[in-house]
Amino acid sequence: MTEATPALVAEGITSGYGEVPIVQDVSIHVGQDEIVTIIGPNGAGKSTVLKALFGFLPVWKGHISLAGDDVTGLAPELLVCRGIAFVPQTDNVFPNLTIRENLTMGGITRADGVEERITWVLDLFPVLAERPRERAGRLSGGQRQTLAIARALMLEPRILLLDEPSASLSPKMVETVLASVVEINRRGTAVLMVEQRARQALAISDRGYVLASGRNRLEGSASDLLASDEVRRLYLGE
Amino acid sequence: MARAAADSLTDPGALTGRLRARRVQQLIGAWALWLLIIAFAAWAAFTHTPQFVVGLIVGSLYGLSAVGLTLIYGVARVSHFAHGDTMMMAAYLAFFVLTGAVVGSRAGDVVLPLHVGALPGAMEAIWRFSFGYGLVIAIIIGAAVVVPLLLVIDRVVYQPLHRRGAGTALLAVASLGVAISMRGTMLFIWGADNRRYSGGIRETVNLPGLPPIVADQFFIVLAALLLVVTTYFQLYHTRLGTAMRATADNPSLARASGIDVAATRRWTWIIGGTLTAAAGCLLALQSQLSPELGFVLLLPIFAAAILGGVGSPHGAFIGGLFVGVVGEVAVGVGIISPGYKLAVVFVVLVAVILLRPQGLFGARE
Repeated sequence: MTEATPALVAEGITSGYGEVPIVQDVSIHVGQDEIVTIIGPNGAGKSTVLKALFGFLPVWKGHISLAGDDVTGLAPELLVCRGIAFVPQTDNVFPNLTIRENLTMGGITRADGVEERITWVLDLFPVLAERPRERAGRLSGGQRQTLAIARALMLEPRILLLDEPSASLSPKMVETVLASVVEINRRGTAVLMVEQRARQALAISDRGYVLASGRNRLEGSASDLLASDEVRRLYLGE
Repeated sequence: MARAAADSLTDPGALTGRLRARRVQQLIGAWALWLLIIAFAAWAAFTHTPQFVVGLIVGSLYGLSAVGLTLIYGVARVSHFAHGDTMMMAAYLAFFVLTGAVVGSRAGDVVLPLHVGALPGAMEAIWRFSFGYGLVIAIIIGAAVVVPLLLVIDRVVYQPLHRRGAGTALLAVASLGVAISMRGTMLFIWGADNRRYSGGIRETVNLPGLPPIVADQFFIVLAALLLVVTTYFQLYHTRLGTAMRATADNPSLARASGIDVAATRRWTWIIGGTLTAAAGCLLALQSQLSPELGFVLLLPIFAAAILGGVGSPHGAFIGGLFVGVVGEVAVGVGIISPGYKLAVVFVVLVAVILLRPQGLFGARE
């Protein structure tokens, strides 16, 4: 892998549910040290793109590569071993397992170093270190989201896919979660996230994509998108 | 009033207050239920000791089997209506390994020359038990045959249905089909007559303060406890066990975490199947073998799993003890005949799940 090899490249992917295509010819590039956000109206296919990238949905057309390796069509359990992790929008923790067990399951494919990694993750999210034996189902929404991200980080992924990490969170918790995304990226993990809170997400991102009706509509640096009249009018509600 | 109601729907403070009140209500309900159960157990233990003890013995077997059922339901997502017949299939296989007997002509069974019971000393009673080491070997072999059989059934019947998007009801009906097939096979090979592992005298053991207990029943309870404790340890203190609980919680997230869900499912059948097979063989030791017994057992086992809280192995075991004791004590009180035992159990079951829908140990988010 050279310095310039992107962490993730999706070229012209078409995917959907059953036989119905939801996204068509969508292309996404994420650099090794980037935070990239996908925004767009409801039903634009943002979450579908993430699920297709992570192997939860079939890719009918196009290619996906991770750090230069073609991974098109690989199942999620194989993709996690290639350095990609996914945090779904809902049901993203094991509710009957403790915080510590959730983290252990996040690192289940690691050959060694699970304990060291748990220490690393708890250092990043001290709120989880307070009650490691607490059942995840008893945590608040924000704590659950934090645990979900922590679980995904257990495998030291090259790239982290986040599906609406701020969904159903209080404004204060949104800030906390987005700050943790910045910190994760600072520690060397690329991030691709889908967000409804477009302005806040773009504010911490390097680049962004706008999806509409299941297709690429716009792309550019986060600052350019935030300054774009079209984006401000259609997607930022100004 | 309408405005107040609307405010309470939109005001986060009011919402939190309502949630808190509901939680307090649930907590009081749970404590009240536990107090009732403990009070009933104490009353039954002192006033109807013989029935209480028999209830614990039978209940330990219901519980053992219910642990297997709840594991299989949790991970494989199958309401396994073939569970009772699987128990009996294991019991009959052990019987066959021990005696070599299959149903023959009207003159009697055909006995194959090669069987464990023919080994020197295999049928000689150990301690005060009614059986020798031959039965222990036969039970192990019976379980060792039933477990691969369950894996094949899962591969051939349940997994293809899952892949085609079959719902809970369809899978339950499929498992009912498996149950009927198993029962037919048992009837064909071993006939409809009741059978026993041994015809010897059953010695009793006298312990202070307790009614005389058949020595075999000590073996049954100890074996059930050992298996349940081992399973509990495996589920809560090993990576495989945690993976099984994680898969039961959220199969999709389990895949996303890199858990080998297919292997976890296989292990669940192996562990759940072993518990089921052991419960069947121990139950046959306690009473007798009958192809029809599997279906009769199904109801108390499901009741035990639901009472304990579906997905909770320790809950299933305690649910089994409760079902066993309630049934026996209800007969002991003298208000019903043994034929209505299950009716009482189900009245209690309905009352419990009305108070606590998630069961005694079931988790509610």
